Amino acid sequence: MIRLVLRGREPRWLAPLLVGCAVVITYVLTAPLIRWAGANPMAAYRRYVITPLTTPVSIGEVLLTSTPLLFTGLAVAIAFRAGFYNIGAEGQFLVGAVAATWVGTTFDGVPAAAAIPFALVAGALAGALWILIPALLRVGFRIDEVVTTLLLNPVALLLVQGLLNGPWRNPVSQFPESAHIGPGFNFPTVIPGTRVHLGFAIAIVLAALAWLVLARTATGLRMRAVGLSSTGARFNGVGVERTMLSSALVSGAIAGMGGVSQVCGLQRQLTGEISAGFGYTGIVVATLGALTPVGVVLVAMLLGDIVVGADSASLVLQVPPQMGQVVTATLLLVTVGILVLRRYRPVVNRRRRTAETRAEVIPLEEVRQ
Amino acid sequence: MIDIADLLTAMFVSATVLVYASAGEVVTERAGVLNLGIEGTMYVGAFVGFTVADHTGSPWVGLGVAVAAGLVAAALMCLLTVTLGVNQHVSGIGTTLLLIAVCDYSNRLLYGGGQLVQVKTFPVLFKDTPVASQYLLTYIGFLVLVPFLAWLLTRTGFGLRIRAVGENPEAADVAGISVARTRYAALLIGGALMAVAGAFLTLAMVGTFTLNITAGRGWVAIALVIFGRWRIWGAVAGALLFAGVDALQLQLAITETFAHVPREIMIAMPYLVVIAALAASGRNVAYPGAYLKPYRRI
Repeated sequence: MIRLVLRGREPRWLAPLLVGCAVVITYVLTAPLIRWAGANPMAAYRRYVITPLTTPVSIGEVLLTSTPLLFTGLAVAIAFRAGFYNIGAEGQFLVGAVAATWVGTTFDGVPAAAAIPFALVAGALAGALWILIPALLRVGFRIDEVVTTLLLNPVALLLVQGLLNGPWRNPVSQFPESAHIGPGFNFPTVIPGTRVHLGFAIAIVLAALAWLVLARTATGLRMRAVGLSSTGARFNGVGVERTMLSSALVSGAIAGMGGVSQVCGLQRQLTGEISAGFGYTGIVVATLGALTPVGVVLVAMLLGDIVVGADSASLVLQVPPQMGQVVTATLLLVTVGILVLRRYRPVVNRRRRTAETRAEVIPLEEVRQ
Repeated sequence: MIDIADLLTAMFVSATVLVYASAGEVVTERAGVLNLGIEGTMYVGAFVGFTVADHTGSPWVGLGVAVAAGLVAAALMCLLTVTLGVNQHVSGIGTTLLLIAVCDYSNRLLYGGGQLVQVKTFPVLFKDTPVASQYLLTYIGFLVLVPFLAWLLTRTGFGLRIRAVGENPEAADVAGISVARTRYAALLIGGALMAVAGAFLTLAMVGTFTLNITAGRGWVAIALVIFGRWRIWGAVAGALLFAGVDALQLQLAITETFAHVPREIMIAMPYLVVIAALAASGRNVAYPGAYLKPYRRI
């Protein structure tokens, strides 16, 4: 019988080693599925990870694909940091996209200088509005935010589908897709020769701001305090409700801006497939990024790399593109599972207790990560 | 005009899924573990049940294998949340994402992008009687499973142990109850029931598998558990409320007054009603004492 014993101190080499192990285990677990599709797992993984980084154009595609994940990952990380489990980034992303489409098609003559901030503000407001009810229920009546944010995701998707099947249906093609947004709303390209657009730059600026606030300001300290222990924070005079409410609203606003970025930067119109589960993947990004803005940026790019690779592998190796999601989710579970060993070391149970093991009695505490 | 008999019939069919799923989640959460993998477990149950029924021609074999798949999904949650003590929100969402991705991947490999395959569904009992014409699983769910689980949780030693490790694992441990083993048992029971809920979708209600077939019903079940204050009968009442609104919107959609209301607004109604019900009744409810807390000894 193996048990886990609290470590006295974590060796510096441990975390990188464990992450390395997680990657290997993920490979071993997913390889049979790739083989089932009739492809060589090694070749498939080379396509997932290496191939997208070989040409400037495909690196651009990686950055483009990581853009929505940057927004949702940041949104989730900020909320989780403050102890608000926002699982509804998907819904907030969708209503942000709806808001951007609405302003983009209604006021289609507005010039770019005014149009882009206008769309961003509209999307941020929509995202914040979508999280407002769960946030108020949470801070006012202690109603679990996980459930309420989750339940609003299908509602947001139904809103999108309702608009596309009803008032916004394309009058020319009769397809369930909206008209195109006005030219002023199109995000300009920021890296010439690629499709990387302003949304990516905005996401990076937001990540930098989030780092600044979380790591260098009193607001950030309050947020982290509330997340670690709301009782402790309250005892030290932190306005727990205010902090949680504002973190939730900022989280919703950022997720909403992600929807704006996807509409104005890439699709130029609203479709039913505007979000490929970006809100849920944002939870993966935030968790693997250890809820830090720098981590979110790195992980979002890694997942962007895998998604671009999975798309190309589906064409060349006939491995269905859903493999990208399988790899991502496996990596998440293996990593969070194995990182437990950072705080606990496995010990093979001996029958008799020695003085050494008795000295290591750990306090019964809530383990958060 | 609304046909009350049709309304009730549809309500019990659609409530069956939620009864199995939320009963499974009640058992799990009573042991102190939040299983957010419920949506993925239902999805696996739906997909595996459909695939096996398609290959063997028997929905019962499909149901059996779906339950086995649900147990595997629950075992994954056991490993993460009980043995390793990982954050339950993250492991649950991760499990759901993984299971849905694996099912969609397998679906693509097995069925490509071809036309919908219909499978033989469960027979309907008492075919021409209003309201009573239901699937056997509906009868089992309401008349056998629910009373049995309510009895199990409140009147047996096993149920007491589940509640003990969910309320105060330290005390339970001192009293000689294996916290890990009890939580494993609760998670496995829950996983099996969630898989039945999913299989009921494909093998009774729809007769085929489509992407996103669960459509957030797992999240609804989680809400129903809170709404029912972690009691089986409370969750059943919540399931009937959601299913009642769901059946009502389907009926209203064909009446003259509501024919012009977009379908999507009607479909969204039950979700909003559940949130409203939570807002009205879920204030400051008492969660199981060890909710979300992993337990480790020495």
